Amino acid sequence: MSYINKPKFKHPQLQTNDIGLTRRDYEGTLTTLCGGCGHDSISAAIIQASAEMSLEPHRIAKISGIGCSSKIPSYFLSKAHGFNSVHGRMPSVATGANIANKELSYIGISGDGDSASIGLGQFCHIVRRRVNMLYIVANNGTYGLTKGQLSATADLGSRTKSGEESLFDNIDLATLAIELGASFVARSFSGDKKQLVPLIQAGLTHKGFAFIDVVSPCVTFNNTDLSTHGYKNTWENHIVLSEVDFVPMREEITTSYAPGKEKEITLHDGSVIHLHKTGSNYDPMDKENALHHINAYKKQGKIATGLLYINQTTSDLHELQDTVDKPFNSLGCHELCPGDEALGDINNTFR
Amino acid sequence: MKPTNTDDPSYFHKVVDCQWACPAHTPVPEYIRLIAEKRYTDAYMINWHSNVFPGILGRTCDRPCEPACRRGRIEEQPVAICRLKRVAADYKSDIRDRIPEVPKKKNGKHIALIGAGPAALTVARDLLPLGYEITLFERDAVSGGAMRTQIPRFRLPIEVLNEELNYVLDMGVNCRFGEEITSMKSVMSEGYDAIFIGTGAPLGKWLDLPGHSDAADNIHTGIEWLANVAFEHVTSIGKKVIVLGGGNTAMDCCRTSKRIGGKDVSVVVRSGFDDMKASPWEIEDAIAEDIPILNFHVPKRYIVENGKLVAMEFEKVRKEVDENGRRQLIPTGEEPAIIPCDDVICAIGQENSFPWIERDLGIEFDKWEVPVLNKATYQSTHENVFFGGDAAFGPDNIITAVAHGHDAAVSIHMSCEGQDINRRPDPLTNLSSQKMGIHQWSYDNDISADFRFAVPHADKEQTLNDINVEVELGFDEQLALNETQRCLNCDVQTVFTDKLCIECDACVDICPTDCITFTQNSEESELRLDMLSPAENTEQDLYVSGTLTTGRIMAKNEDLCLHCGLCAERCPTNAWDMHKYLFNTAKAQDSCQS
Repeated sequence: MSYINKPKFKHPQLQTNDIGLTRRDYEGTLTTLCGGCGHDSISAAIIQASAEMSLEPHRIAKISGIGCSSKIPSYFLSKAHGFNSVHGRMPSVATGANIANKELSYIGISGDGDSASIGLGQFCHIVRRRVNMLYIVANNGTYGLTKGQLSATADLGSRTKSGEESLFDNIDLATLAIELGASFVARSFSGDKKQLVPLIQAGLTHKGFAFIDVVSPCVTFNNTDLSTHGYKNTWENHIVLSEVDFVPMREEITTSYAPGKEKEITLHDGSVIHLHKTGSNYDPMDKENALHHINAYKKQGKIATGLLYINQTTSDLHELQDTVDKPFNSLGCHELCPGDEALGDINNTFR
Repeated sequence: MKPTNTDDPSYFHKVVDCQWACPAHTPVPEYIRLIAEKRYTDAYMINWHSNVFPGILGRTCDRPCEPACRRGRIEEQPVAICRLKRVAADYKSDIRDRIPEVPKKKNGKHIALIGAGPAALTVARDLLPLGYEITLFERDAVSGGAMRTQIPRFRLPIEVLNEELNYVLDMGVNCRFGEEITSMKSVMSEGYDAIFIGTGAPLGKWLDLPGHSDAADNIHTGIEWLANVAFEHVTSIGKKVIVLGGGNTAMDCCRTSKRIGGKDVSVVVRSGFDDMKASPWEIEDAIAEDIPILNFHVPKRYIVENGKLVAMEFEKVRKEVDENGRRQLIPTGEEPAIIPCDDVICAIGQENSFPWIERDLGIEFDKWEVPVLNKATYQSTHENVFFGGDAAFGPDNIITAVAHGHDAAVSIHMSCEGQDINRRPDPLTNLSSQKMGIHQWSYDNDISADFRFAVPHADKEQTLNDINVEVELGFDEQLALNETQRCLNCDVQTVFTDKLCIECDACVDICPTDCITFTQNSEESELRLDMLSPAENTEQDLYVSGTLTTGRIMAKNEDLCLHCGLCAERCPTNAWDMHKYLFNTAKAQDSCQS
C-alpha cells in the first residue's frame, strides 16, 4: 500500500528484450500487500522471468483464487489476460481456459489456503489431469488475510505470531503433486530470486503440469523465530537439491560444468535447463528418489528446494484427449457443425 | 568493499548533486521545497545566507548545479534550479527584518576590503554581525564589481542589483568608493587587522594582429567595453560588429552590440562550436537574437582602409585530434574569409593584475604574477592579507567568488580571534527521519514526470531596442510551482540500518531505477557490474552495508536514486528510512564557538 504510484522513470540502461520491452513493461499495478510480503518477490520474479524470456504479455493468462496470494496477478503483467476466480476454484477456471485455448501460457497463482485447504480437491484433480500450465503456490503457512491463523501447510510445531502451535502434520503440496503425476515439481523461496527466476522460466516452458511451491513469508503474521515459514528459518534451513540454469532455445549454450555434477535437460521447445546437483545421489528424474530426499530433509527440519522432480515423457491433457490441433476457441461454425453428410458418416460408423 | 561510512559529512552531501556542485553549497532542494509551499521569503533567506545574491545569481549564475542535477541523468533536462532561485527573489516579501543584526558595540577589529565585488561584499556580510568594522574600497563610484560592469542590464536589471548590494552596504559598511588604490603599502599603513583583496580580473586580453595599431580606436576588449556601456560612457557602436571569442563575455558583447547600434553582429570563434566555453543557454539566447556564430575561423589580421577598420581576415580551419589526444586546428586551405566590420570586440579572456601591490610587503606572487595563496584559507604569504574571487585564482564566476568570500571571512575571524586558521570548522549538518505515518513523508515524494519548463522571454522587438529591458521574464507562479515538482529531493537520503534488515527483497522489487541489490561482497569494480542494473557512473558512490544474516551485503547505486522513498515505504522493519540531510558550510559566525 502506498499513496504514490511507482515512478515511471527507469534505469537508462535497462535492457530491452527481443520484442523491444523492458522489465518495467511487464509490471502490474502497485502492490497493496504489506511491505516485505514474499508474494511481492514472486511477482517480481515472474516479471523478470517473462521479460528475460521475451514473452508476449498478451499471450499469457494469469488465473487466481482468493487470498493474499491470489491478489498478486494484479501486480505483474498488466497487459496479460486475467481471471480472479472463486476461493479454491482457480484449477477449474484454468482447466476450462486451457481447454478453450491451448495456445496461451497459463500462470495459476494460489496460496496455501486456496490450494491446500478449501481448494485441495481441485488441486489434486488439476494435477491429475495434467493441464499444461505453471501453477505457483505462494506458501506462507498462515491465513494472512484473516489475520494469521495456522494454515494446512504450517509445519508440525510451528507457532503463529500469537503463540498458537500447529498440532498437525503439514500438507506438503510438492510431494502431493509428485504423487499425483505432476511432471515438473519445484520448491523455492521468495527471498532467493536467483533460484526462483530460472525455475519459473523452466516451468513456463515445460509442457505439462508444472508446479512450484514457493515459501513466501507473511511478514505481518508469520515471521517470528518460532515460525518455520519465516524469513530467518527459511534462509537458514533451505537446502538446494539441484540448482537450475535456464537457457532459452535461441541462446547458444556456452557454460560448461564439471562432469558428473551437471545434467542437461532439453525441454520440448529446445530450451535447455542445466541442473547442478548439490546432493551426491539426488536424481530429479526418479520419483521415489525425489520423495525420499524431500522427506529425509523434512525430518531434519530442512526445506528441500530447487527442481525436485521432472518427467519429460508424460502427455498433457490435450494430448491425452487427442484434441484437434487448432484451439477450440478458434474453431469456426463449419468446423463445429460440419453438416448432415458428416453426421451421416459418423452414424455410419456405428451401424 | 568496506561498509560506507555515512558519518562522514561529505557522504550524504555528495548525494545532493546540486549542492555538492555549488561552490557555495547552497541547500538547493530545501529552498525548492519552500518555493513549492509558496514560502518565497523563507526560500530567499536560505539562499541569502548561502550565496548572498539570490536575485542576481537567479539571473546570472553559471549554474554548476544544473549539469550536476540527478534529474538530468534520469531524463533529458535538469531542474531549472537557477531560475527557481530567481522565483524566490521575485516573489519574496520585505526581508529587511530578517537580516542579521549588527551590534552597535564593535569588537575593536577593523578590516579593509579592496574591490566591492561579490567576494568582498560576502566577507562584509559575514563579518559585520560579529562586530567587525569594515572599510570597503572601490575604484568605481558604485559597488558591485563585475556584477555591475560585466553583466548587461538586459540580463540583470539595475534595481535587482542595487537591492541586493544595499542589503549588505546598509549593514554599516564604511564605503570609500571612487578611490583607486595605487599603493598597498599605504592601505596597510592605515593599520587594519586584516585586508581582503577582491579586485577581480580586470584586464581584458587583446588580440595583437597586423593592423591593430591603425585600427585601435575600433578594437575593444570585451570587459572594458561592457563596463563602459554599463556606465553609459559608451552608448553606440558601428553597424557591423565582430565579436571574437566563445565565452560568456562574448555572448554579452554581441547581444549588447545588437542593442546599441549593431546591425550585422557576428561571433567568430577559432575552434568548434562544441568547444565554446559559453554556457549553452547564453549561446541559445544569442542565437535567438539572430546572431550568427562562425566557428573554425582563426583571426589573421585587421584590414584597414584609409585609416579606418573595414574588415577582418580569418583562416578557415578544421579540427583534428592527434595521437596524444590533443586538439589541433589544421588549415583547410580554402580562401581566407573576409568579414566586413566597423568594430571588433575581443572577448578572448581576462587576467588579474596587481601593479598596485608593492613586491616588498611580504605578499608573494608566482611567475605568472598570481598571488601565492593557501587554497583552503585564502591567506597570502602575508598573514593578514587574504584574496578572494577572480583576484585569487583567476577568472571564474560570481558564485565561486561568494564561496571564496565565506571562507576568507572564516579565516579572518579565526585569525582575529587568535585561532589556527588551518583548522577549518566542520560543516553544520543535520540528519533526521522524515517519516510522518506508515506511508507518509514530510516531503512530497510524488515527483512530476513533466519535462523542464521554459522561462518566458519578453518580445524580441522590445528587448532589442532597449538595453535596459530584461529579456527573461522569469517563471510566473504556476510555472514555478510546476517546475518545483520536478525536483527529486535528493537531500532526503535513503538511510540503511543493516541490523534491522530481514532480506525480504521488498526494496529491490519496488525500486523504479534498480538501485538496490543484495549480493556477495566484492571489490567495487566487480560490485558495480553485479548490480541488478549496472552502476557504471563511477562518479557516483555505491552505498554498501555491513554483512547481513545470509552473508550478503546490500549495495545501493546512488547514481539514479529518485529519492521517492518507496524502498522505505515497503520496508517492513524500517531498515530503510528517509532522512533529510541538511548541510551548511560553516560561516564566520560558526567558526569560533569552541
